[in-house]
Amino acid sequence: MKDLLAVVMLLGIYSLLSASLFVAMDAVDVAFTEAAVGAGISTLLMLVAITMTGRSEYPERHKPLLALAVVIVTGSLLIYGTLDMPYFGSAEAPIHQHVAPRYINDSMQEIGVPNIVTSVLASYRAFDTFGEVVVIFTAGIGVLALLLVARRSEEDEKADLFNYSMHEQHLILRIVTKMLIPFILLFAFYVQFHGDFGPGGGFQAGVIFASAIFLYVMLFGMTTARRVINQSFIQMIAATGVLLYGSVGVVSLLSGKEFFDYSALSSDPVAGQHLGILLIELGVGLTVASIMIIIFFNFASRRGNQ
Amino acid sequence: MLIVATITILVVMIMAVTRAVLGPTLYDRVLAVNMFGTKTVLMISLLGFVMGRPEFLDIAIVYALINFISVIGVLRYSDHFILKRSGEQKK
Amino acid sequence: MIDSLMQVGSSLFLLIGSFLLLSGGVGILRFPDFYSRMHAVGVTETFATSMIIIGLIMHNPDLLVDVKLLLILLMTLFISPTAGHALANAAMHADMARPKNIKSDDEVTSSNS
Repeated sequence: MKDLLAVVMLLGIYSLLSASLFVAMDAVDVAFTEAAVGAGISTLLMLVAITMTGRSEYPERHKPLLALAVVIVTGSLLIYGTLDMPYFGSAEAPIHQHVAPRYINDSMQEIGVPNIVTSVLASYRAFDTFGEVVVIFTAGIGVLALLLVARRSEEDEKADLFNYSMHEQHLILRIVTKMLIPFILLFAFYVQFHGDFGPGGGFQAGVIFASAIFLYVMLFGMTTARRVINQSFIQMIAATGVLLYGSVGVVSLLSGKEFFDYSALSSDPVAGQHLGILLIELGVGLTVASIMIIIFFNFASRRGNQ
Repeated sequence: MLIVATITILVVMIMAVTRAVLGPTLYDRVLAVNMFGTKTVLMISLLGFVMGRPEFLDIAIVYALINFISVIGVLRYSDHFILKRSGEQKK
Repeated sequence: MIDSLMQVGSSLFLLIGSFLLLSGGVGILRFPDFYSRMHAVGVTETFATSMIIIGLIMHNPDLLVDVKLLLILLMTLFISPTAGHALANAAMHADMARPKNIKSDDEVTSSNS
C-alpha cells in the first residue's frame, strides 16, 4: 500500500479495534487511554507529519536481508524465552497469587479510592508514574529544542490566507465546533476529577483537553490560535505540572516520612491519600495537556514553512 | 434483544472494515472509518449494558468526540494535499 | 405494567435500530459510487444510533446512566450530520469520485446565467 494517508486511517481503525478488545476484556482504564491517545492524538500528529514528508511511500532501493535475519533470530530467541512463563491468564501465575490479591484486598482500607487502577497508579506506584510524567516532559523539551524556530509573521499570514479562502466551505463546521469545544473541555475536567470513582485520571484528561485545542487550531487557523493560547504560558504550565508532582513527594520528605508517602499530608492517613492523589493527578493532567499542545503547535506551524 | 443488537453491530463493523480496505478512493476510506467509529460508540454502550457495568458510557462519550476530531483532521489535511497538488488554483 | 411496557418499547426500538444498521452496512458495501454510499451511511447512521440509544434509555431505570445516554444522543445528533456534510463537501471540492452526470456548483451557475 503506497498511500500513506490510507495507512494512517487504517491505523486509526486498528487503534479503535484494540480499544474495543480491551473493553471486552473488562480493562476500562486502558481502553479509555487507548481510544483517546491512539485514535485521536496519534492519528492527527501522523497526519501533520505526512503533510510535511509527502503522501506516498518512496520505493525501496535495496532489500534489507541482513536486518530481516537479525530480527528473525532475536525474535525466535525471545519467543523461546517466553515458553517458560505461565500461560496467559492462568490462575497459578505468581501475579495472581501474590501481587493482585494484595492490591485488591487492601486498597479500599488503605487508600479509600474505589478505582483500584488509580490507587495503584497514583499511590502504590507513584514513583513510576513520576517517571512517566518526566518522560513526557522530556519529550516535549526535545520537540521544542528541535523544531522551535523564530516565527516570521509573513508565514503565518500566508498560512491564514489559505485558511480564509476556505472560510465559506467550513462555515458549518466552524459553528458546530464552537458549540462543541466548551463541552469537550468540560468533559476533560470531569474525567480528571472523576478518575477516583470510574475510568479516568490525569493522562486521559490531558489528552482529551489537548484534542479540543487541536480541533480549534485545525479549523480556525494558527494566527487565531496563537492569539488565544499564549505559547510561553503553556510552556510554563507544563513545567508547573511536573513541579507540582515532585513537590508532593518533597513535602512528604520534609515532614520526615518517605518520598511520596501521602500520610504526611494530613492528620488522617486516608484523607492524606485522597489529597495526595488529587494533587498528583492534577500535575499529570496539566503536564500531558500542555506538552501535547506544544508538540502539535510546533509540528503544525512547521508546515507553513514550505 | 441486546444480544441481537450487539451481533448486528459486529456484522456492520466487519462490513465497514471491508470497505475501508477495498475503497478505491480516499473518501471511501474516510467514510468507512467514520462509520466504524460511530458503531464502536454503540458497541461500547451495548457491551456495558450486557456486562452490567455502566461505567463504559464514559468511554463511549470519548469515542464519539475523538471520532469526530479524527475525521475533521483527515479532511483538513486532505484539503491541504489537494491544494498542493493542483498548485493552489483555488485561491 | 408500565415496567413491562417500557421493556417492550425498548425491544422495539432496539429492533428498528438493528434493522437500520444492517441496511446502512449493506449500503456501504453494495452501492456503486461514493456519493450513494455517503447517502446510505449518513442517513442510517444518525437514525439508527438515536433509535438504539432511546431503546437503551427505556431499558434502564438509573438516572445517572440515563443522563449520560441522553448526552451521547445529543452529541450524535450534532456530530454525525456535520461529519457527513464535511466529508461530502470535501469530496465535492476535490473533484474526486464524481460520476459524469453530476455537475459541480460552478458548472451549474455558469449554465444557468
